Amino acid sequence: MCMTVFALIIINKAGGLILNRTFHEGGLNQLSTNDYLVLAGTFHGVHAITARLDPLKNQISATPTAPGGIPSRPEPPSGLEVMETENFRLQCFNTLTGTKFLLFTDTTQVNVDVTMRRIYDLYSDYVMKNPFYQTEMPIRCETFDRKLLSYIREINNNR
Amino acid sequence: MSNLSSSKGPGQEQSGLRLPSSGKTIYHRPLNRTRTAELSQASFAYLFGEMVSYAQRRVKGVNELEQRLNAQGHPLGLKLLDLLLFREPPRSQLRPLTIIALLHFIKQMLWTHLFGRQADRLEKSANPETPDEYMIVDNEPLVNQYISVPREMSQLNCAAFVAGIVEGACDGAGFPARVSAHTIRSPTNEEADLWPGRTVFLVKFRPEVLEREKYVKQ
Repeated sequence: MCMTVFALIIINKAGGLILNRTFHEGGLNQLSTNDYLVLAGTFHGVHAITARLDPLKNQISATPTAPGGIPSRPEPPSGLEVMETENFRLQCFNTLTGTKFLLFTDTTQVNVDVTMRRIYDLYSDYVMKNPFYQTEMPIRCETFDRKLLSYIREINNNR
Repeated sequence: MSNLSSSKGPGQEQSGLRLPSSGKTIYHRPLNRTRTAELSQASFAYLFGEMVSYAQRRVKGVNELEQRLNAQGHPLGLKLLDLLLFREPPRSQLRPLTIIALLHFIKQMLWTHLFGRQADRLEKSANPETPDEYMIVDNEPLVNQYISVPREMSQLNCAAFVAGIVEGACDGAGFPARVSAHTIRSPTNEEADLWPGRTVFLVKFRPEVLEREKYVKQ
């Protein structure tokens, strides 16, 4: 059994590619930079449309809360979450602010949500708390890259 | 104190200063009460991030930015020196009288108060031409934990803020000095990988401090 995290893509809320990292050589074919931008934009569009197909959750959580209680915010429609091919599995995590994390893993990879959660932690620590990072712009943070690489390496070596 | 507690005064509404309903402010609290209190590192990280962005406005270059961060830290150092000496047990409430005593005080008391641990090393300049230079080494400055400096500003070290605090403490103790923060790689490779943000605080005392030091030692 072989479990590997292949690559990570982060898409900002406007559909622009702000981070693209490959962790495992030979897992996925490399595309040209332009194709990655197209991939990010296309996925963003598809995600937005699939989210509109998803009506159920809105109605359930729109029930009024008890008087005096904190009104619960309706859960945003989730849209496309997982895409699978013969050789890889794409997991999407959409934050409340609309930033999307796409993780390309092996099809047999387990605990992808834990990995995703940890990557989101790293992002909110080392990118969002960095005074030199401008939101929605491409991520160039040395500490984030270092922490991300060492975390993914740990997963890929433990297989 | 008396004018702070009279919160019901007529001019209070305009000042914008809001007091708690009990009338007690932070100034009414005993100084020892927050001795072991801890703060959230995340909220500090956001606050410090904003301080850096604020200092970055209308500056021409890295030097000026570091000077501004230094100036933000300086008053903190002046006040912390008094506070930390006050919190010492009465017998050892002595102002440091020699350079070494002062630097030990900074390395141990000041660092423990601010960061919860001591600084990693204290060194004297090995160069015989600069006997006035001392170095405080911190392998992983807390203020820099979440900060990645962009490549075009690689000279910048945001721990200049901490350097300002150290400078304030030195000035307040009567040892006027200039303190600057520098990112310096560890001499050995494995240590450099372990602590990529190793920071050296260079403390350069004024000539009159060294002159006095000679007499004190005699």
